[in-house]
Amino acid sequence: MPAGLFVEPGGFYIDPVRRVDRAIVTHGHSDHARPDQTHVLATPETLAIMKLRLGERAGRRHQALGYGETIRIGEVDLKLVPAGHVLGSAQAVLEYRSQRVVVSGDYKRRLDPTCRPFEVVPCDLFVTEATFGLPVFRHPDARQEIDRLLHSVRLFPERCHLVGAYALGKAQRVIATLRACGYDAPIYIHGGLLAMCDLYQAHGVELGELRHVTGVPKSQLEGQIVVAPPSAMNDLWSRRLPDPLVAFASGWMRVKQRARQRGVELPLVISDHADWDELVQTMRDVQAPEIWVTHGGEEALMRQASLMGLKARALSLVGYDDEDET
Amino acid sequence: MIRFARFLDDLLFTPQRNGKLRLMVEYFRTIPDPDRGWALAALTGSLDFAEVKPAAIRALAAARVDAELFGWSYDFVGDLAETVALIWPAGSHDDHAAEPVEDDDTLSLTAIVTALSQAKRGQAPDLLAGWMDRLGPTARWALLKLVTGGLRIGVSARLAKTALAQFGSQPIEAVEEVWHGQKPPYGPLFAWLDGRTSRPDAGEGPIFMPLMLANPLEDEDFAALDPTLYFAEWKWDGIRVQLAARGGEKRIWSRGADDASAAFPEMIEAMPADVVLDGELLVGEAASGSGGEVRPFNDLQQRLNRKVPSVAMLKEYPAFVRLYDALYIGGADLRGLPLEARRQHLEDWYRAAPRPRLDLSPLIPFADWAELGRLRDGAREAGIEGLMVKRRDSTYVSGRPKGPWFKWKRGALTLDCVLMYAQRGHGKRSSFYSDYTFGAWTPAGELVPVGKAYSGFTDEELLLLDRWVRHHTTKRFGPVREVEPGLVLEIAFDSVHTSTRHKSGLAMRFPRVHRIRWDKPIAEADTVENLKRLM
Repeated sequence: MPAGLFVEPGGFYIDPVRRVDRAIVTHGHSDHARPDQTHVLATPETLAIMKLRLGERAGRRHQALGYGETIRIGEVDLKLVPAGHVLGSAQAVLEYRSQRVVVSGDYKRRLDPTCRPFEVVPCDLFVTEATFGLPVFRHPDARQEIDRLLHSVRLFPERCHLVGAYALGKAQRVIATLRACGYDAPIYIHGGLLAMCDLYQAHGVELGELRHVTGVPKSQLEGQIVVAPPSAMNDLWSRRLPDPLVAFASGWMRVKQRARQRGVELPLVISDHADWDELVQTMRDVQAPEIWVTHGGEEALMRQASLMGLKARALSLVGYDDEDET
Repeated sequence: MIRFARFLDDLLFTPQRNGKLRLMVEYFRTIPDPDRGWALAALTGSLDFAEVKPAAIRALAAARVDAELFGWSYDFVGDLAETVALIWPAGSHDDHAAEPVEDDDTLSLTAIVTALSQAKRGQAPDLLAGWMDRLGPTARWALLKLVTGGLRIGVSARLAKTALAQFGSQPIEAVEEVWHGQKPPYGPLFAWLDGRTSRPDAGEGPIFMPLMLANPLEDEDFAALDPTLYFAEWKWDGIRVQLAARGGEKRIWSRGADDASAAFPEMIEAMPADVVLDGELLVGEAASGSGGEVRPFNDLQQRLNRKVPSVAMLKEYPAFVRLYDALYIGGADLRGLPLEARRQHLEDWYRAAPRPRLDLSPLIPFADWAELGRLRDGAREAGIEGLMVKRRDSTYVSGRPKGPWFKWKRGALTLDCVLMYAQRGHGKRSSFYSDYTFGAWTPAGELVPVGKAYSGFTDEELLLLDRWVRHHTTKRFGPVREVEPGLVLEIAFDSVHTSTRHKSGLAMRFPRVHRIRWDKPIAEADTVENLKRLM
């Protein structure tokens, strides 16, 4: 397995999946921020997330680079620009001999109260993700999905709504969107989310009153919303909840049979990745004549790029998990 | 349509039977006539308009979406209706990801069903396209499910009728009896269940009588049973049916009370009058004809996939029914008689006249359980799954009473194989790599495919297998991925025979994943020679 995207004139990798000397990390998800790198450069938020998740294995030397600041590495000028994916997520903007390359990392363009919105940077080469790179993936407005959750809570007041949401990013976005939709009751969270929610709040993201679900008597959880990582959904863990109604916040929930396969009763189509329309719109916005696709539905996105008259290439990078598959 | 779509969507995502019942009762209570009647017709497969063929739906999509993009999408989603529903470009409303909230009258279920049943040949696709432009993705999905037939949302006709019974506070038997004389959109039926009118006339029709089912029996349980009190029969590997011919009409009911008559017209034709019989629908030739050969379940599957068979299908995959019980003969209800007496009636009736496409499931003579066990393990021909053991004095009771009837499935053979290719599944397995081709070692140390399995694992295991495949892919061929040899699957199968389909020259019958051997090194997997020895 190759280590990942290597920028030769700078001597660094972007989101390497193996140990390398010098790594630029676009965001804190575990498939992009691997442990034990010798030298890590990332946004301060991403470095904080890595320290929280990886502890001593977060890398030997850390270098923070704020959004919009430029640094020269080797012969390359590097700048990090918001990607709108999760807190601290960045696109890597590389300038070399008057050519500009933008590596999107994972990104989205929808409203997300928990992170800075995606910024369009026109470039000569755009290296894009394609997790939802098929025209069947069109994410609805996240607030519409949260309204469905709230509707269900009203409809089944005797049941506990267990919302599966990835621990970094999705969980906080679900909570913040619930607040934006006017839900101000305490929200119960799985122990695995406590530290990350604290970190978000320390970075100024308002999540309202959160309560650790452990130790709360079953009867008190009737009619409440509990947010937990996806791994806890079908686990023994959920037995402590009164008649849980399982919801799952993920872009994959668009495909009914996929949602059903996971035993989900209330699929919530909420994704931190760009959907098809956003991927296509972004290819247009950055005005790059050439597109490289890193991972996901590369075949279809390449086809779309060629229909748009762009040069396209699939990198077929391996080692990146699909969203929520972990 | 929007309300109906939400209803279907809720049913699809509600796993428990009771939850589904609650949703249906609620729907019947809140939705006015005739919409609720058309919905009931859709649930019970009783809608009568020319179905729109999948090819026509593909053509609609092809007119609006690039063919290659459609292909990649269909490959991922695995279900035509859902792919088209999701990929359909936005029409009059701006956001194609959002669902419009309210129906207008031109988009009601009734309006759509009426328009479809009045449509002339070839008009349906244009109507469909017009509606889809005005609907959101879930409503488009429901509409496509409706027009292609087969909702596949885990609701059998029987369950829908159970909901009707609950809704009207009537016993299910009363609904079954009345059902036969009713037609969509079921105005008089709902009027009765609403309590507004008296019960409609049931008539003397071929109504479904709930089947008697067997409990599984473990080998060790036999010690407690006296062999002289039991009949033994082969457990045939087809589908259980009830042949009902009463009041001048004929029906083939599945065990879920779905009407399978249209799919097996030759059986309807062959069915004698004034009987209700219990048996196994099989493909092949009845012993009353020249052969008596039962073809593999796979051949029957070809027929089950078709709502109405072509002439070629009828010829290539002829159906017959192997009888094992009689509920009615002439005007007489036999259900209260002991099995032994019912069997005698069945045999007398069978011998009284030529009975094309019907034969009798033979009784197997045996002295004790040990002998029966040997017979069971020795039988590996097509069509036999194991044994049925039934008390001679058992009356015919619907449901699954504990005690009188048992099924005793044959033990399987197993082989450790290496995963070689994986393909995405369809239906419930859409978008998961759930079809696995596996191989065994040749003497030269090469892996050759010996079979393909797509069942036997739990949903949790499927997630793990799917992820393993995605992370160990070496090549892709459309929907198929080649994986690096690295995972051993313990495969269970019923028998093995020669075949030209696999490079190994062998094929397994009913292979399924018995266990995933995450622990086992691939070098320790079995050889083709080992498989040959099991022939």
